[in-house]
Amino acid sequence: MAQFSDEKLKKVNEIIARYPAGKQKSALIPVLHVAQEEFGGWLSSETMDYVASLLKLEPIEVYEVATFYSMYNLKPVGKYVFEVCQTGPCMINGSDEIIEYIKDKLGIKVGETTADGLFTLKTVECLGACGYAPMMQLGKHYREHLTKEKIDAIINECERNAVTNN
Amino acid sequence: MGRKLLLEKAHVPGIRNYDVYRREGGYRSVEKAFKTMSPDQVTEEVKKSGLRGRGGAGFPAGMKWSFLAKPEGVPRYLVCNADESEPGTFKDRYLMEFIPHLLIEGLIVSSYALGSNKTFIYIRGEYAWIVDILEQAIAEAKNNGFLGKNILGTGFDLDIYVQRGAGAYICGEETALLESLEGKRGNPRIKPPFPAVKGLWDCPTVVNNVETIAAVVPIINITGEEYAKIGVGKSTGTKLISACGNINKPGVYEIDMTISVEEFIYSDEYCGGIAHGKRLKACIPGGSSVPILPANLLLKTAKGENRMMNYESLSDGGFATGTMMGSGGFIVLDEDQCVVRNTLTLARFYRHESCGQCSPCREGTGWMEKILKNIEYGKGKKSDIDLLWDIQRKIEGNTICPLGDAAAWPVAAAIRHFRDEFEWHVQYPNAAQNRNYGLAHYADPLPVASAPKA
Repeated sequence: MAQFSDEKLKKVNEIIARYPAGKQKSALIPVLHVAQEEFGGWLSSETMDYVASLLKLEPIEVYEVATFYSMYNLKPVGKYVFEVCQTGPCMINGSDEIIEYIKDKLGIKVGETTADGLFTLKTVECLGACGYAPMMQLGKHYREHLTKEKIDAIINECERNAVTNN
Repeated sequence: MGRKLLLEKAHVPGIRNYDVYRREGGYRSVEKAFKTMSPDQVTEEVKKSGLRGRGGAGFPAGMKWSFLAKPEGVPRYLVCNADESEPGTFKDRYLMEFIPHLLIEGLIVSSYALGSNKTFIYIRGEYAWIVDILEQAIAEAKNNGFLGKNILGTGFDLDIYVQRGAGAYICGEETALLESLEGKRGNPRIKPPFPAVKGLWDCPTVVNNVETIAAVVPIINITGEEYAKIGVGKSTGTKLISACGNINKPGVYEIDMTISVEEFIYSDEYCGGIAHGKRLKACIPGGSSVPILPANLLLKTAKGENRMMNYESLSDGGFATGTMMGSGGFIVLDEDQCVVRNTLTLARFYRHESCGQCSPCREGTGWMEKILKNIEYGKGKKSDIDLLWDIQRKIEGNTICPLGDAAAWPVAAAIRHFRDEFEWHVQYPNAAQNRNYGLAHYADPLPVASAPKA
């Protein structure tokens, strides 16, 4: 079973040390972020069980949290996940067209991953970038003021990075 | 040019770094508070300032502080609510991204006032890169003796930690936030007990919005009395407004709450008018939860007075003809926007974000979304409009937390002011698929701008 590297374990212990003794459950959400990042961008039940054992929690305590928060992926995702906002202020500025364009361009529906495992398309609710709409989250950062040309450029960029990183 | 207290230095090159921030007068409020004031005196200044919580509810911050229970031997906590998730709102992000030390400085002074030795910033999970910015600022403040043990030789210890959420609007509600910080689902708690008595890990806790905490810095620097002189009535100080939608200059603006809505939308100092020379149809001025107003009621109150950008004037007329300041998320809709579609996206948002604890909200938000979808996509019935009205009324006030109200109000206001547009969708479903209803009687009384801006 996959386990954290020593470096990640150190990070996990630093997180636990923020809270009073016995309150290590507070570390659950941050540690699940670390786990998702470390183990392929999603949380398998094995990963969640592992996190439960690290934090001395019952597995159900981890499952109920992982299923509540929208940032945790409970099934495998592509290397690059496009999380496109579709709430009011983005809709006003054309997010519907952007989502359609990505669907056509990648040949997938919302929630699907391309056959080469490179891209997943998700729609999300307001990410707090309403003045820079339309927008999406890609990894740690936001891509804002999206246009069809920008989408083309982002897809190219991801494809190039995927080749370089392999 | 209005007075700026928070963002005045936000564009000084390098202000994210401690040295520049300090050179520009940063951390003076910590020195003043720690060296010349007792914790209670700091709270007193905040009370005098009239500062109202900037997260959306507008509750007086000093009063909230004074409710904090202080039993012997029990730790107290300050938690900063940086879970900014209300559609239309992106002001806290701006503040944290561009002038992070202002928040850290405010947290140090506030923690001192409240007696919190361990303070948490709970930030929405999606603002992942801002965590790095804040942690950098915290490390710099610590290296320079403003955090850690025995700060400025006062014997006061403080550590600040940044905790990321993981995608849940509900965690902006303070008790849901505390649940989340304890590693649980973000299900709001039944109040009482209030966090001031039983909060984080059952200890007395104050939860304050980012902008509220940042405002403590100028309050201490200029005194609460001086702060209270800025603005008007019970809308003291300055307020950050995040403006978006169909305007020429979307962005975050600091206003002193004495300007009119008309000036805010049309002057070049702020939004710069409606984009592409179009006309104003409607506006949601305080984040998606507050009532949408048609242009005529937005710019003038029902009494015919100019509507101003402050708590009192925005809510003038109650929900019948007014709205709310809310979080300051100012969403502008031009003449080509469809109110039904906009309301549908908001209803979908609240359905997605309902935590599911209370049936009126869990079920009602889903029903509202489905009915609005039917209306928007040409499958609506005339009775659906009354049904929507009935559902929203049954959600409002019948849930543990305000998410239910927040979901009900946008639907109620859209029907209240734009019923004809809903009826048109039902009556002419084919036309509604191909074009928008337009302005009808909500006409913007102002002329179309002659030279549309790019």
